[in-house]
Amino acid sequence: MSQTVTAERDGLFDRLSDLFVARPKLLTFVLLLPPLLWIGIVYVGSLFALLLQSFYSLDDFSGLVVHEFTLSTYAELFEPANLQIILRTVLMATMVTITCAIIAFPIAYYAARYARGWTKALFYLAVMMPLWSSYLVKIYAWKLILAKEGIITWFAELLHLTLPLNWILALPVVGGPSLSFSYIGTYLVFVYIWIPYMILPIQAALERVPVNYIEASADLGADPRQTFWTVIFPLALPGIIAGSIFTFSLTLGDYIVPTIVGNSRLMIGQAVYTLQGTAGNIPLAAAFTVVPMVIMAFYLWMAKRMGAFDVL
Amino acid sequence: MAPAVRFVNVSRHFGLIRAVDDVTLDIAEGEFFAMLGPSGSGKTTCLRLIAGFEQPDEGHIEIFGETAEGVPPYKRNVNTVFQDYALFPHLTVGENVAYGLRIKHVGKAEREHKARDALAMVKLAGYDDRRPAQLSGGQRQRVALARALVNGPKVLLLDEPLGALDLKLREQMQEELKALQDDLGITFVFVTHDQGEALSMADRVAIFNDGRIVQVGSPTEVYEKPQSRFVADFVGSSNLLAPAIAASHGGTAKWTSLRPEKVGVFKVDTEVKPSQAHFDGEIKMVGYQGAVTRFGVEAEGVRLSAEVPAEAGAGFDQGDRVRLIWPKSAMVALEDAP
Repeated sequence: MSQTVTAERDGLFDRLSDLFVARPKLLTFVLLLPPLLWIGIVYVGSLFALLLQSFYSLDDFSGLVVHEFTLSTYAELFEPANLQIILRTVLMATMVTITCAIIAFPIAYYAARYARGWTKALFYLAVMMPLWSSYLVKIYAWKLILAKEGIITWFAELLHLTLPLNWILALPVVGGPSLSFSYIGTYLVFVYIWIPYMILPIQAALERVPVNYIEASADLGADPRQTFWTVIFPLALPGIIAGSIFTFSLTLGDYIVPTIVGNSRLMIGQAVYTLQGTAGNIPLAAAFTVVPMVIMAFYLWMAKRMGAFDVL
Repeated sequence: MAPAVRFVNVSRHFGLIRAVDDVTLDIAEGEFFAMLGPSGSGKTTCLRLIAGFEQPDEGHIEIFGETAEGVPPYKRNVNTVFQDYALFPHLTVGENVAYGLRIKHVGKAEREHKARDALAMVKLAGYDDRRPAQLSGGQRQRVALARALVNGPKVLLLDEPLGALDLKLREQMQEELKALQDDLGITFVFVTHDQGEALSMADRVAIFNDGRIVQVGSPTEVYEKPQSRFVADFVGSSNLLAPAIAASHGGTAKWTSLRPEKVGVFKVDTEVKPSQAHFDGEIKMVGYQGAVTRFGVEAEGVRLSAEVPAEAGAGFDQGDRVRLIWPKSAMVALEDAP
């Protein structure tokens, strides 16, 4: 008998398939190697280089970087002017995140619970479409909307609401000569451009809450409000946290929005941009970029401690 | 006294589908009531109508004499054990069980005490701090039961609660559920597609088909006296004899049900008493099932099944010509039109 139970196979790809079937871990390794190299060298490597830079300092007289370990650059962050930049940015990011969460939740809830078929397609289209157009175009469009001669002013005149608009602009700190030159304007544009990043994770989280949890809650005597706070919200929380990581960190690091729409007071991103460019103060720029990372790490640690990820 | 649950001409439509079609039904207080039917027969929708997740399109529902229409689920004194348990994944087992009490603002100490008692009742004492994800299917089922019972419902609704369990566990839970219902004395309404489960546990069974109740009665009644071909075939198995065949084999000219276990298998020369009927044919199928053996016997295009104790069937084999004999009293004339 010359026949065997195994079929003949001798091609290179056949042998490779046999090898991978016999050793599944080898396949995982081969598939993961390129991305791991990319992340390991390009991403973590540059992050490390950045961290290193922040421990150097700038010589005030020569304007050259002194390559000696020091914490003096970090101490500089606590100078009133720099501290103000950090506080301003964190406050802005917090407000933007909270607003995004409040606006996004009902939209995400509707999409997850009620939208089916074409309404669902419409939802995805509406959420994603703004992401297809250029970020700069959108911001300039907003500048036009918010400008003194812009749509909002025109609309306010039409509805005889010029007076309330002027009251808003007259508010201390957040007001300004026009919406496009105020914190309110910066805030509105941030909320607009980051909101898809809040809607999608919340929607994904709510999508995983089966209807029968809600029915079970009602069955056990909970009215809709109680069901929302005891079942739906806790289960959506990981999605809200994920979304807030996006909106918070994107706002913390952005320098284009506040440059185009807003007053001349700097945010962290603008400070980094200025410091590494014309000022040539790479160490302080690096120290500034570490700030959002520390804040995010702290935020995640708090969220974990409060049990936001227990469901995962 | 008002029945625990009363349906008067209740219908519920989903688009063109009549999920529940003109159902009238009384379930007495303290009764263990089973709703039995194939999937899509409307039994689960009936349960959801009692729970309040669905509202009837037509007709009227009463729970303990009070109108149920328009009353939301959270205002009804009924609790449900869901098919896939629906335990909250973000809460511990103890918190799941205490959920209903927490909603009713029962104090922390009292609700923890009651939750522990409820868990002990379903033999899960000490599991308070685990997460539902850490439990087996049978344990989750018990938690769901405890979570419903801790609220002291007047009616407990069970939606195929044993469907996801393996056979041994299912049999054990059947006994426990029955014992629990005897102890508590509350009304259980139990939805299942498993006729064995319905017959062994229920005081009364309603058999559903196409959104309608086709027969209601005690397990013995629906098994021994099926009124239609559907019931005869769905509850247990049955030889359905066409009117002409029934008339020529000791019955009347009506559709007739004959249970296989009433039919004996004998040699062709066996004498037939006047109280008996017989059918000669060839064995086409032998199915050994341990305690019993099932024979498929065919002649002139008619095929009958017989189920005999294994030792009584030992001498017969496929291809043998045999005589099937059964008492004429075992033939149940059905109400279907001939």
